[in-house]
Amino acid sequence: MEDDGNDKGKNKYSIIVPTYNERLNIALLVYLVFKHLRDVDFEIIVVDDGSPDGTQEIVEQLQNVYGEDRILLRPRAKKLGLGTAYIHGLKHASGNFVVIMDADLSHHPKYLPSFIKKQLETGASIVTGTRYVKGGGVHGWNLMRKLTSRGANVLAQTLLWPGVSDLTGSFRLYKKWVLEDVISSCVSKGYVFQMEMIVRASRKGYLIEEVPITFVDRVYGSSKLGGSEIVEYLKGLAYLLVTT
Amino acid sequence: MKRIIKIITLLVAVSALWIGLLQTSVLPHSYTWLLPMYSIVSLGCYGLLMVGVGLMRFPTCPHEAVLLQQDVVEAKEFLKQRGVDVSGSD
Ligand SMILES: Nc1nc2c(ncn2[C@@H]2O[C@H](COP(=O)(O)OP(=O)(O)OP(=O)(O)O)[C@@H](O)[C@H]2O)c(=O)[nH]1
Ligand SMILES: [Mg+2]
Repeated sequence: MEDDGNDKGKNKYSIIVPTYNERLNIALLVYLVFKHLRDVDFEIIVVDDGSPDGTQEIVEQLQNVYGEDRILLRPRAKKLGLGTAYIHGLKHASGNFVVIMDADLSHHPKYLPSFIKKQLETGASIVTGTRYVKGGGVHGWNLMRKLTSRGANVLAQTLLWPGVSDLTGSFRLYKKWVLEDVISSCVSKGYVFQMEMIVRASRKGYLIEEVPITFVDRVYGSSKLGGSEIVEYLKGLAYLLVTT
Repeated sequence: MKRIIKIITLLVAVSALWIGLLQTSVLPHSYTWLLPMYSIVSLGCYGLLMVGVGLMRFPTCPHEAVLLQQDVVEAKEFLKQRGVDVSGSD
């Protein structure tokens, strides 16, 4: 059951991309994934939550270009949130590895080969993209955003000691069975979800490796995470303190 | 062990040590009374320092934004030729 991909040639990567109003971004993303993953067996699973901007039409057009076996559209009727979108996508994944990435081009597909390479080299269960090491970085954040990000990180590092430098980043590669295991024990929503996933995985003793990524703030479309992010974050931190 | 229990255990151990110090008076009492204050202040300083250093060293990548723009142009070109609608928000 647990195919860990010791036989390199047989590996298949399922890239799960949740979308909500990303009609332009998803097209650009798909092009870039195909450009950067040349000799790899992969599929892209788009989980669209009934975007009113017609994201699904674009995905269908992309299927005509790249094939329905490479781009899978697995929509849901209405906006049900990110956490469940991953679970939904995962059900349809046929690879032995799963990549989770945002559609908004903040996660650039050019890093996919380095995730895959790192996994093959180390046999890691999870490879997570980190912005806070040499070779990584962020573009387009104002001082306030940087401050909250650093503050949140210092707080989480001191209290949780997770052994991962970028807790809230969500560009990651998982062994499929590891993702299934970890995701089933996570209950958080939204922003905290990414942090819960990596903390639980680390507590369960899975080998986690990091690769540097750069993060350019979204250019097209609008952010879906709003308002009381800081409060939610603190609540999530408290929750993780008592449950992990 | 849950994280919170670890932290509480640590706090209890430190307080026990402090009470021990208070009773044995190896240090002058006035000094021992101030120790918790000192430790809280230094913990705060450590936090602020870490955030400050993190901010100063915040890795940025303006060049990546330029590269991404080039990728976007290239992708639009390719997709338009193949009948994918990439018009809209520029
Ligand atoms: N299917 C689905 N996708 C979602 C939902 N909310 C957000 N997304 C997608 O999840 C990804 C991340 O969302 P973003 O809005 O970019 O969140 P963020 O990266 O924290 O915020 P930005 O600063 O705007 O980049 C994007 O690809 C969104 O389209 C949802 O409820 N359902
Ligand atoms: Mg984003």
